[in-house]
Amino acid sequence: MGSPMRNDGHAGPLLEVRGVTLQYKTKNHLVTATYRVGFDIYNSDRFVLLGPSGCGKSTLLKAVGGYMQPVEGEIRLKGQVVRRPGPDRMMVFQEFDQLLPWRTVKENVMFPLRTGGRLSRKAAQAKAMEYIAKVNLTKFADSYPHTLSGGMKQRVAIARGMAMEPAILLMDEPFAALDALTRRKMQDELLSLWEGTRFTVLFVTHSIPEAIKIGSRILLLSPHPGQVKAEIDSLSAGADGSMVTALEKRIHSMLFADTIEGGTE
Amino acid sequence: MTDSAIVPSGRPEILREPIAAEAFGIVQKPLSTWERITNVGAVRKLVLLVLLAAAWQIYASHLNNPLLFPTFGSTIHAFVRGFASGELVTKSLTSLSVLVKGYAAGIACAAVLTMVAITTRIGTDLLELLTSMFNPLPAIALLPLALIWFGLGEGSIIFVIIHSVLWAVALNTHSGFLSVSNTLRMVGRNYGLRGLPYVVRILIPAAFPSILTGLKIGWAFAWRTLIAAELVFGVSQGSGGLGWYIYENKNELEIPAVFAGLFTVIVIGLIIENVIFRTLEARTVRKWGMQN
Repeated sequence: MGSPMRNDGHAGPLLEVRGVTLQYKTKNHLVTATYRVGFDIYNSDRFVLLGPSGCGKSTLLKAVGGYMQPVEGEIRLKGQVVRRPGPDRMMVFQEFDQLLPWRTVKENVMFPLRTGGRLSRKAAQAKAMEYIAKVNLTKFADSYPHTLSGGMKQRVAIARGMAMEPAILLMDEPFAALDALTRRKMQDELLSLWEGTRFTVLFVTHSIPEAIKIGSRILLLSPHPGQVKAEIDSLSAGADGSMVTALEKRIHSMLFADTIEGGTE
Repeated sequence: MTDSAIVPSGRPEILREPIAAEAFGIVQKPLSTWERITNVGAVRKLVLLVLLAAAWQIYASHLNNPLLFPTFGSTIHAFVRGFASGELVTKSLTSLSVLVKGYAAGIACAAVLTMVAITTRIGTDLLELLTSMFNPLPAIALLPLALIWFGLGEGSIIFVIIHSVLWAVALNTHSGFLSVSNTLRMVGRNYGLRGLPYVVRILIPAAFPSILTGLKIGWAFAWRTLIAAELVFGVSQGSGGLGWYIYENKNELEIPAVFAGLFTVIVIGLIIENVIFRTLEARTVRKWGMQN
């Protein structure tokens, strides 16, 4: 079965991040985004990178995506060092313009399946329609992206990522630009999609409730530069409200401990 | 403050059940016939054309000097006569065939130059330098030089057309590539696309609005340059193009025919702009929602 959680016989974690320091240059400064960050992701993990803005979580995701190289440490996927972007790490971005505007919904999902001759036209079409159905957009398969709402565009991007059945799906605050109602709906949908195929996902967010809801494991990062503060288990789906509130409080105090200690509270 | 601004106390809650959309069908605001007619761009433009033609006819009749300014009627008469005799048709076809050759060659050169410019830094510098040097140089100023290099014929005209197309297209295409959003670039690389497939499948469609603008400007430059160059000499000894037709008729003081030649230049321009480029736009950037 073409499940997205193959490990190809590689023992150990699916993704290993070891002591990764990331730097990028702006006009006048050399910015250190993360300092010696390390974590492991196993098959079917819903791994969440959580932290305030400036903790380098998006930069970290870009490094896993292969868009930038660490100045120190290494990132390995199935034991292989990540050197460049590739379709085994499909990304879902925050921006709505991530769909190719000159292609319909179906063609957008088919495009990566077809590049490099991975699948025949027919097979790609069948697979694309299967995943479009999973995100409930069958009716819009022949629409162009500019006719869709923001939430629908993000669903297409998720379908496109999942249809490739990547080793790991990378999601960079995919719901951050949506309104609150749509965001909650999309979170539920993502979880039910995960129940269906149990794909591995690395999810970046700055929202504590979203991290608890989406994640099975949460990595907390401190800002300027990003360093690991904690790596904790999230709650299972059936957890009651008081447990969620307690965990939220705990995470909040861990992330903002410095400001509380030094502050007037 | 008026009374209506005061909130009444004890307002009741209002709860309603919305009706299913199927129950009331499609609600549509009907348009009057007048609105429907004036909504068509072609109709509005046609009305303007008729008004301009009428103004021309009235002014020329008033002036009553067919040597300086023939009436719209006699211009149309000469135009129809030229078409019937086949002379205007062959002249137009000669001009258009030279135009297509020069235009295609110019676009090919622009493609190579932009390709080099986006893949290498020195290529970018080269493009910027060449464009700032040659873009302000009128193509027709190169004609004397072209005549020495390529002789009295098609070659010279194609050379100046290439010059007029190349810089406009290259400049627009390059700035279009630069303005492609970072997200789309990352998406393309995420698919594992690199090199030429990346340019063809991501950058060119994403930059298509700018490329199309470049093609339109390039076409207008090419058409102008062609007619101007033809005024200097015919394309080949026997049959010249439209520019030559205008020049010849001026020498014979066939002023209505001169106007008919100019009229043909304008009509061909209108057709290419409003039929070919409009269709191309509707099928691409408008359909994709990249331009309204």
